[in-house]
Amino acid sequence: MVVKATIDGIPVEVEYGTTILDAARSVQVKIPTLCKHPDLPASAACGICIVRVKGNNKMLRACCTPLEDGMEIITNDPEIVEVRRTVLELILSNHPDECLICGRNNNCELQRFAADFGIREERYSKFLRDIPADVSTGTIELHPQKCILCGRCVEVCQEVQDVWALSFLERGFNTRISPAGDIELNESPCVKCGQCSAHCPTGAIFEKDDTSKVWEALRDADKYCVVQIAPAVRVAIGEAFGYPYGTNLTKKLYALLRRLGFRAVFDTSFGADLTVMEEASEFVKRFAEGRGPLPLITTCCPSWVDFMEKFYTDMIEHFSSAKSPHEMLGVLSKTYYAEKNSIPPEKIFMVSIMPCTSKKYEITRSDEMFASGYADIDVVLTTRELARMIKQAGIDFNNLADEEPDHILGDYTGAGVIFGATGGVMEAALRTAYFFISGENLKEVEFKQVRGLDGVKECEVDVAGRGVRVAVAHGLSNVEFILNKVRRAKEKGEDLPYHFIEVMACPGGCVGGGGQPYGVTDELRIARARGLYEDDEGRIRYAHENPYIKKLYEEFLGEPLGEKSHHLLHTKYTPRPVYVR
Amino acid sequence: MGNMYKKIVFIKDTNAGKADLTRHYASLFAKYAKPFIEDMQLYVVRAADLGIYGKGMVVKIWPQNIYYASVKEEDIPEIIEASVKNEGVVDRLLYRPSDKQMRIVLRNCGVIDPESIDEYIAKDGYGGLERVLSGMSAEDVIEEIKKSGLRGRGGGGFPTWMKWNFARSVSSDEKYIICNADEGDPGAYMDRSVLEGDPHSVIEGMIIAGYAVGASKGFFYIRAEYPLAIERVKQAIDQAYEYGLLGENILGTGFSFDIEIRLGAGAFVCGEETALIASIEGKRGTPRPRPPYPSVKGLWDRPTVINNVETLANVPFILLKGGDWFASIGTENSKGTKVFALTGKVKNSGLIEVPMGTTLREIVFDIGGGVIGDKKIKAVQTGGPSGGVIPEHLLDTPVDYENLQRLGSIMGSGGMIVMSEDDCMVDISKFYLKFCVDESCGKCAPCRIGGYQMLNILNKITNGEGEERDLENISLIARAMQRASLCGLGQTAPNPVVSTMKFFEEEYRQHIFDKKCPSGKCKRLIHYEIVQEKCVRCGMCYINCPVEAITGSKAKGFVIHQDLCIKCGKCYEVCKFGAVILK
Repeated sequence: MVVKATIDGIPVEVEYGTTILDAARSVQVKIPTLCKHPDLPASAACGICIVRVKGNNKMLRACCTPLEDGMEIITNDPEIVEVRRTVLELILSNHPDECLICGRNNNCELQRFAADFGIREERYSKFLRDIPADVSTGTIELHPQKCILCGRCVEVCQEVQDVWALSFLERGFNTRISPAGDIELNESPCVKCGQCSAHCPTGAIFEKDDTSKVWEALRDADKYCVVQIAPAVRVAIGEAFGYPYGTNLTKKLYALLRRLGFRAVFDTSFGADLTVMEEASEFVKRFAEGRGPLPLITTCCPSWVDFMEKFYTDMIEHFSSAKSPHEMLGVLSKTYYAEKNSIPPEKIFMVSIMPCTSKKYEITRSDEMFASGYADIDVVLTTRELARMIKQAGIDFNNLADEEPDHILGDYTGAGVIFGATGGVMEAALRTAYFFISGENLKEVEFKQVRGLDGVKECEVDVAGRGVRVAVAHGLSNVEFILNKVRRAKEKGEDLPYHFIEVMACPGGCVGGGGQPYGVTDELRIARARGLYEDDEGRIRYAHENPYIKKLYEEFLGEPLGEKSHHLLHTKYTPRPVYVR
Repeated sequence: MGNMYKKIVFIKDTNAGKADLTRHYASLFAKYAKPFIEDMQLYVVRAADLGIYGKGMVVKIWPQNIYYASVKEEDIPEIIEASVKNEGVVDRLLYRPSDKQMRIVLRNCGVIDPESIDEYIAKDGYGGLERVLSGMSAEDVIEEIKKSGLRGRGGGGFPTWMKWNFARSVSSDEKYIICNADEGDPGAYMDRSVLEGDPHSVIEGMIIAGYAVGASKGFFYIRAEYPLAIERVKQAIDQAYEYGLLGENILGTGFSFDIEIRLGAGAFVCGEETALIASIEGKRGTPRPRPPYPSVKGLWDRPTVINNVETLANVPFILLKGGDWFASIGTENSKGTKVFALTGKVKNSGLIEVPMGTTLREIVFDIGGGVIGDKKIKAVQTGGPSGGVIPEHLLDTPVDYENLQRLGSIMGSGGMIVMSEDDCMVDISKFYLKFCVDESCGKCAPCRIGGYQMLNILNKITNGEGEERDLENISLIARAMQRASLCGLGQTAPNPVVSTMKFFEEEYRQHIFDKKCPSGKCKRLIHYEIVQEKCVRCGMCYINCPVEAITGSKAKGFVIHQDLCIKCGKCYEVCKFGAVILK
């Protein structure tokens, strides 16, 4: 059904149920809002998107009111602007004037509105709420004083991620965001996915900034700084420098990181190739040889691992023991690479540039993260932190010449780079598992069924005459559906619904990670993923054909799942129940 | 007491000023009754308050509940003869309260035993339901309610039949009826009285609503602060089940309806329907945007009708007496009666029920008996914290939804507070705004911050720190709250401020520019002084000052030290010579 109406006199035709906000956008009318995010249902908290119907005194919230047939919407008249302005001034009266020393300076939705509305004085008395920051996780920091209570973080945490770490506490003027029960975030169900920080319009939720540690190490002549960049970073960093969405800047990043002073520049995609080798071997062992329980579940995503250790402890045996790509690369940098280049491993300072806040947590998650004898990864920086470092360093990123990565841990295949998109791990693993089982490569390497943004993607792949049933979920709220199916089948002793499951905590996978540049929408997720798939198309498509991977096994590791691999590249999981003091 | 005494005589001097004759009359009664007082099991009580004021000596005879007013000493033997010894009445002394009330909602309150379903049935209780179930279709029922013109009594005044009809027309596997008994306006207790005094009428209303809408499940949402109401409703529900009026196959008609109770945990905002639904669902009680309206997508996403207690209590009577009969009461657009909790500076405070269209003056003076101390009336506040004030010159306005709204107030759930010249309008609006600020759920910015800032400005003004700009800022915030708040609480929270500013702007200006509170309420704007010419140096002020802010001696006279004075007014009260003055 189509609704016909006018917005500021402009005729508009939209699908029945379209909100006034979206309908207005379709005719180039931008209605301001501080709380509505395209990813999330309208919470209707800020009260800035008000509009009115001609002839009616009442004002409607454009974010949550569906356009009706024949409506004559006015989005702009003196009273509307006055009310918006007053609401904005009220919000500002409850917000610290710390813009210059705030992490969101120049990147803050509230600040932008204050500028757009030309706020030049503080009309109302300043009332700040004295709520302490929560820095307990070491990954995500909560600064409730800067919170405007738009509700995005709560919505994304509860509904999109199904984590329920954040909620509203108290009421009225004292309302604030906090874990239920007023405990610290670290004691809450928080899985550090950082979606709250990626959706926050202000500086209220923020990744822990570790850039100073990296600067310090870079200036330390005694340190041998090495770095790796995750697949999803290369297609998102450009957003901070005016590139079109999804532009792949891999080679510029290599050049940039060398400029910053890193002695060797590696690529996490290489680690991903290695993960494929180990994980595919694991799958083959369980699926083809019947050794170990099925389904096998991927574990590249530390938030997902944390979520499982908290809520799906009965699934631990199904988890792949393979470490995540950057951890694998980290341990190799301080063993294999150190040995080959005669660098004392204690001098190596390994920095991971990740699209992810949870990776900051992962590097100290368990003893296995110190398999090299040192911290395998010293510091994790998010894409957002790297963008800030580039600007601080005064490097003209846009005009850097392309460079290549450093060898033995930097050359990657298309299989590794698609790890950054939902379905990518599955696709890459299937390409290699197919080879391992059948002894030949796939004719059709692309698994379109596991690509895209559907919350749950299921398909069956024929591998040497046997059907492999796979499922891919992203956004933690989609996990329950899949795992409950597995549980039911196990309870009833029925055929397993799946043999192989990929889970990524963030919607869209790592391209939509919690540490990526702000303003993510599905449109951006698709564009970033497209950037990765295009990278894949121009490269070797199989992890097992990466010459440096072959070399690594020949020279150092031996074979997948071998003793050395087991020691360096695999990990264990333990139940970590929440709400236990 | 009822078991011990056959008769009780209550006595109260309602003109009592300095010379209270209650004790004297009581002893006279006891004296005249002495010969038979034992045999009669008679008890003479000096009553503290009979709810009647300014009517001389008032005598109440229990259990007949006869009131005599302006009783003189010589009338006592006659009263004893007629009403104590016998069951008669002394006509010429009889006190007849105003007849302007009309009881539909409160028809059974105080008349029947609320814990007895039989007494309710004896008063035609469940007669409306019986009529509905014996042959009326759901459409017929809605039509009857439509004819009656019944509108929501919870505040909004939305036509009840429309709500029912919306919910009826949506197809769904389940629908719900919710009785909103989360009464929270300060000073309002209409719903509580109905639930405690006549719970079955509400239950009957819910069953009828369920039948009309096609719902088979109802919820009472009662605030936990009403333990007796909860108890009575529980008991009434049990009785209704026992009598086959609830449950499967009611009265053998195939219609089934169940009712459960849910308790509100004390948040005022949970009286807002979407917040109430969230609360029943076990979520944080915050409003959500509408549409979709609850009648389309409500409790657990099913069509849900939410009616207020008073609305539902009207329903059985409408079905019993017919919509046309109900529509004959009231004004053109507001039918039936409305219950008000009349309080404030009025002589007879309490619950009243009047036909729509009764004027405020009739309510205050004919029913309420006028202003306490016969002071000048300043205004009447209606609608509680969401309402506004109606000044004295508009008291002849007939009370109905439209009129009140036109004057910047609302019907609300039925709070009505009378204010005299002693009441400071800035102080009053501060009181109501503070209530809404405390009760704001905190979800949306205009209400959460706007209310807080506005209250801050009012505090400034009453503290003598007001600036010219404050009036403009209040108006700006008020408009933002009214226009941009998500729910009714925030949209209406500025009303008390806006309406007092509209009618009493001069008072605000006096506070801001002259730093004076004409009513003497705002402590920071007043001070007490001793006029030496009038002072007889009795020392009463000196003795009574709780903070030793008065010094001096009987020889030298007394003086109030303003820096120490807490403005409690004690010296002003105790000075019998008018030497302490309020400035």
